[in-house]
Amino acid sequence: MVIRVFKNFFSKVFSNLFRNRRSIKLGFYGPPNAGKTSLANRICKDFTGEEIGSVSKIPHETRNVQFKEKVEIEYKGKKMIFKMIDTPGIATRIDYEDFLKYKMKKKDAKKRAKEATQGVIESIKWLDDMDIVVVVLDATENPYNQVNITIIGNLVARKIPVLIVANKIDLKKADVKRIEAAFPEYEVVGISAKYGKNLEEFYESIFRLSKKI
Amino acid sequence: MAKRGKRVGKIKGFAIHFLPYSEIKNLNTPERIKKILGIVLGNNILIIQGRLRAEEETRLIEDTMALIGHVKNFRGIELAVVSGNENDSFIEKLRRKIVTTISGGDLEAITIVGPATIVKEIKKNPQKIELLLNK
Repeated sequence: MVIRVFKNFFSKVFSNLFRNRRSIKLGFYGPPNAGKTSLANRICKDFTGEEIGSVSKIPHETRNVQFKEKVEIEYKGKKMIFKMIDTPGIATRIDYEDFLKYKMKKKDAKKRAKEATQGVIESIKWLDDMDIVVVVLDATENPYNQVNITIIGNLVARKIPVLIVANKIDLKKADVKRIEAAFPEYEVVGISAKYGKNLEEFYESIFRLSKKI
Repeated sequence: MAKRGKRVGKIKGFAIHFLPYSEIKNLNTPERIKKILGIVLGNNILIIQGRLRAEEETRLIEDTMALIGHVKNFRGIELAVVSGNENDSFIEKLRRKIVTTISGGDLEAITIVGPATIVKEIKKNPQKIELLLNK
């Protein structure tokens, strides 16, 4: 009996110790070209000096899940360690002809389309492994796209804390209020990943969400 | 209504296919997705009574991606769900949840799925839905 009490006590103490030091898996999800990699790059660059992946105007630049281990984010004197997981954009259609508009060769466009379809499948498979998910939306686009709703619906079903980021607020067409109206039950933070605008509010929300896991 | 086309290929037309919830109620997820994609691959715009579960929607996207490149001229789908009561009060949401649980599905919603070769875009906002077709 006494041994069991001691065993429970020590296992509780050690599990809490390791929980505090383990990396929180922070996933970046959203439709293509919303700025997932730009945001992940901004964070990684600020805290590790290295970027996570390349960005491009051509959709589906990220076609594989990319990671950055042990990114220690410091905010207002508090530190937390994250495993950053940048995922390919989720889409319901991928047409290689769309890439030809960017003066890409047909062969390369077909290859990109094929890799992009596999990337979408990979993104979805990774949903189960996340601790917190940042859904990155383009604030200049219509937020009522079914892909956005599907991603958020899946996260809710899996009880994964969600933060919605309205990216590209530096652009004139950006409308954060429209995104807030579309997802009234969720916290929405307007940022510009490109110029690092309003990231303080973003970090505050991430630290707050981290307490929920 | 335009003439129903054959399999995905050169588009000669399309049909609008209505799928009552009773037809998918007793199907499991893979069977539902198979049925939906089977109809969409026949160049049909599909209107489903009710909505899929969140995990079924992702399964639909996964299976769609797996088909691109393997089915000639298939470029994916356009998908939209209209429930018309997305900003309801808590009481109304609770009522709907109870009705959904009893009936086995959200019958107040409508799901639209169309092949990307025919449906260019489904524009949705809380008040209206627009289907833009490819020329």
